[in-house]
Amino acid sequence: MDPLMIGIIIKIVLVLAIVSALAGFGTYLERKVLAYMQRRIGPAHVGPLGLLQIVADGIKLLTKEDIIPQNANRIIFMIAPAVTAATAFIALSAVPLFPTFTIPTSFPLIGGAIVPSTIADINIGILFMLGVMGSGLYGPLLAGMAQANKWGILGSARTAVQFLSYEVITGLSLLAPIMLVGSLSLLDFNNAQTGGVGSWILWQQPVAFILFLIAGFAETNRTPFDLLEHEAEIVSGYATEYSGMRWGMFFIGEYANMITISIMASLIFVGGYAPLGFIPGWIAIILKISFFFFLMLWVRASWPHVRPDQLMWFCWKVLMPIAVINVMITGIVVMI
Amino acid sequence: MNEKQKYIMLDLGGTPLTPWCRFKRVVKRTFRIELFIGLWVTIREMFKTLFMGKSHTTKYPFEKMPIPPRYRAIHDMLRLLESGHYRCIGCGLCEKICISNCIAMETRYDENQRKEVSEYTINFGRCIFCGYCAEVCPELAIVHGARYETASEQRASFSLFEDMLTPIDRLKEQEEFAGYGAPTPWADKNIKKTPLAY
Ligand code: SF4
Ligand code: SF4
Repeated sequence: MDPLMIGIIIKIVLVLAIVSALAGFGTYLERKVLAYMQRRIGPAHVGPLGLLQIVADGIKLLTKEDIIPQNANRIIFMIAPAVTAATAFIALSAVPLFPTFTIPTSFPLIGGAIVPSTIADINIGILFMLGVMGSGLYGPLLAGMAQANKWGILGSARTAVQFLSYEVITGLSLLAPIMLVGSLSLLDFNNAQTGGVGSWILWQQPVAFILFLIAGFAETNRTPFDLLEHEAEIVSGYATEYSGMRWGMFFIGEYANMITISIMASLIFVGGYAPLGFIPGWIAIILKISFFFFLMLWVRASWPHVRPDQLMWFCWKVLMPIAVINVMITGIVVMI
Repeated sequence: MNEKQKYIMLDLGGTPLTPWCRFKRVVKRTFRIELFIGLWVTIREMFKTLFMGKSHTTKYPFEKMPIPPRYRAIHDMLRLLESGHYRCIGCGLCEKICISNCIAMETRYDENQRKEVSEYTINFGRCIFCGYCAEVCPELAIVHGARYETASEQRASFSLFEDMLTPIDRLKEQEEFAGYGAPTPWADKNIKKTPLAY
């Protein structure tokens, strides 16, 4: 086989393994950070510092009975979690993750394979990621409707509401930086910001940055906008009837999406993996991604939820006009 | 002033009446940094918990909170400190007063013509932990102890006289009952003014 092909397969396996592990670790981090912010200590008994809690949770999820409700639409009910998890990973396929490298030929079987930095090196990376993450919302939508449960139906109705509200903002907020850079490729975005902190698009597009963050929180169902499974109102929303690993897949998808949004925010707005003074590029991007991930947990600990109608009001009547004005001003500036 | 007494009166303003007022309120709330104050509070608590040990967690089965003397847990039967004999004189008052009829006792005269308790059980399936028995006991013999973990393999584990009696080898550790309704030793710390006092 073609060495690049083998390399891509290796890369896919690597990304799948690392990101699922990170998603699991994300649940641990979330519990710890939330605990500290609420003056608790979080998981502490399983393993050192409670680190093995992830393993315990994984074993629990895998060995739990997989219940499919009687009146549910079996096929859709079974596929829906896979939609969420799969789209989350597909979105990651367009992200440049590590530099390209070649496996030494001395390695048996896979020696000589070229592992590319991006799985699918498409030049419309941003558009692709937005599209795939958008279609990820089919997961909760189908899951809620297939499970013959009122809370599930409410959850999927809210999915639709949320999807209609934020998707416009995501697109419009990214339009302005795209106009500035003149490309849809994440690599070009990275290359446009290599001049240190001062060259970050964040400084030219602060409004777009804030809008993108807000929309990103809505996209990943994070707290101010986690209407789909708001325990206090609709039990567990679209995930009410799910148990075991199917339920777990929704969460792997959610955490993978959080990672994707963090990667997008760091690549598009704050300089990506360009070296930062004395900090080498790969550490810089890990720091940035961690910061955005932490920001999501931090916000979850601090701010209350909004209501669905408030979300629609906010997105359509406040954020969209701001986004449009921002795009127009950017357009005028670019033209001049 | 006690830290717990820092009540703050919030000035929430009135409800906006006209759309223009509502708009002004939205703008004001957006650009005032209240949201960031929320973020600041949580991160401050995080640093306090992480580095200053301000966590409120009690690792329960390993650490326990002290319980106040008023707490009505599983009963203890106390002994006389001098002789080590059990204090109960078999007067039967606790059996009489018990509103859920869960104390069962039998007494007889021993060889010295003293009353001796031959059977004494409390049915903890019925006991409502009202504390009347401890209140009525003239000898401070039956008191509420500190065993609040009432899960056991058998109900009988708690209910016999011997189980509730202070073990003879731990007589020195026997604590005197502070009295029915005694305040917590650290009660002063918990006293605070109610908002009505302002
Ligand atoms: S606590 Fe109340 S219910 Fe329980 S044994 Fe004593 S008097 Fe009876
Ligand atoms: S009231 Fe006290 S002294 Fe009287 S029988 Fe009950 S425990 Fe014994």
